[in-house]
Amino acid sequence: MKLQKNTSIALCSILQAASDPTRQISAADIASKFGVSLHHLGKVLRQLGRAGMVESARGVGGGYRFSGNAKRLTLMDVIDLFESISALPAESGGKEYKTDVGRAIARVLSEIDETAKATFRSISIDTMLKLIERDRHARETRPQGRGR
Amino acid sequence: MPLRGRREKQDVIDPAAPGSLRVRAIKLEDLDQVIAIDADITGLKKVDYWYELFHRYGTRGLQQRFFLVAESDNAIKGFIVGEVRDWEFGSPPCGWVFGISVRGDARLAGVGSRLLEAVCECFRRAGVNIVRTLLARDNHLVMSFFRSQGMMAAPFIALERDLD
Repeated sequence: MKLQKNTSIALCSILQAASDPTRQISAADIASKFGVSLHHLGKVLRQLGRAGMVESARGVGGGYRFSGNAKRLTLMDVIDLFESISALPAESGGKEYKTDVGRAIARVLSEIDETAKATFRSISIDTMLKLIERDRHARETRPQGRGR
Repeated sequence: MPLRGRREKQDVIDPAAPGSLRVRAIKLEDLDQVIAIDADITGLKKVDYWYELFHRYGTRGLQQRFFLVAESDNAIKGFIVGEVRDWEFGSPPCGWVFGISVRGDARLAGVGSRLLEAVCECFRRAGVNIVRTLLARDNHLVMSFFRSQGMMAAPFIALERDLD
C-alpha cells in the first residue's frame, strides 16, 4: 500500500518531533532530513498544528514541537488528516460496482481496507518510536557482513 | 499434543519489579476474581468456561500450558492464559497467548506488560522463541497493547465462513 506524499511527510514529521518532545525542531531540519520541499512541508505542518499534534514557536530557536499524547495518538489519527485509506478506487460508486462481479471485487478490496485501518489504528506514535529504536539497535548490533 | 515434562514451580517466573505486584500461577481461590474481571470487560459471566480453563491450564502441571495471575495487595489485578502448540497451522512450535485481561482500575500501571513478559518467559523455558496471539480486528485497546509490546503482524491470515 502506498500513502500519499503529504501523509508520508506528516508521519515523518510527527515521529521526528515526538522523538524528543522537549525540543523545537525547525522545518528546515525536517525538510533536509526527509528530502522534501520546505514549501510542501510548511503546508503539512500547518495542518498538523491545526489538529493540535504539533505547536510552533516563532523567532530565533523557534520551530515545531510535538504536542500530542504519544501513547494515545495513532498512525490512523495522522493519516485521517490527509487522506482516506481505501483499496477501493475512488470511482467505486460507478456502474461496474453495481454488478455481481463488481460487488465481489469490492468485497475483497474492503477486506484489505479493514485490515489496513485496524493496523494503523493499533499503532501509537509511542509504539512507532519503540519500533524505530529497536530497528536501530538491531542494525547497530548486527554482525558485520550479515546485511539484510 | 506432545508434552514436555513437568512444569517447574511457576512462582519463580516473577521478574523483579517495582511495587508489590507479583505474577504467579493461578490457584483455585483466584478463579472468582478472574471470572469477575472477565465479566466486567466482556459483560458475560462465563463460570463454566473459566473452571474448564482452570482445569485444563491451571492444574495439570505441564510445561506447555500457562495460566498466570498478577496479584497485588491480596487482589488479582489481571491474568493471562497461554500455551505452547507444536506444528499447528504448519508452524514450528511457538507460544500462543489466548487471553489477557487487566482490571479496569489497575490499567496503565504495567500489569499487562508484566503478565506478557512472564508468560513469554514460560514459553522461552519451554524451548520456543516466538509468541503469537489472535484477536478481533476492532479490538483496538488490546491490539494497541500487543503492538506496544513489540508484536507485529504474523505471517498468517485468519479465515472464516458461515456454516449455514
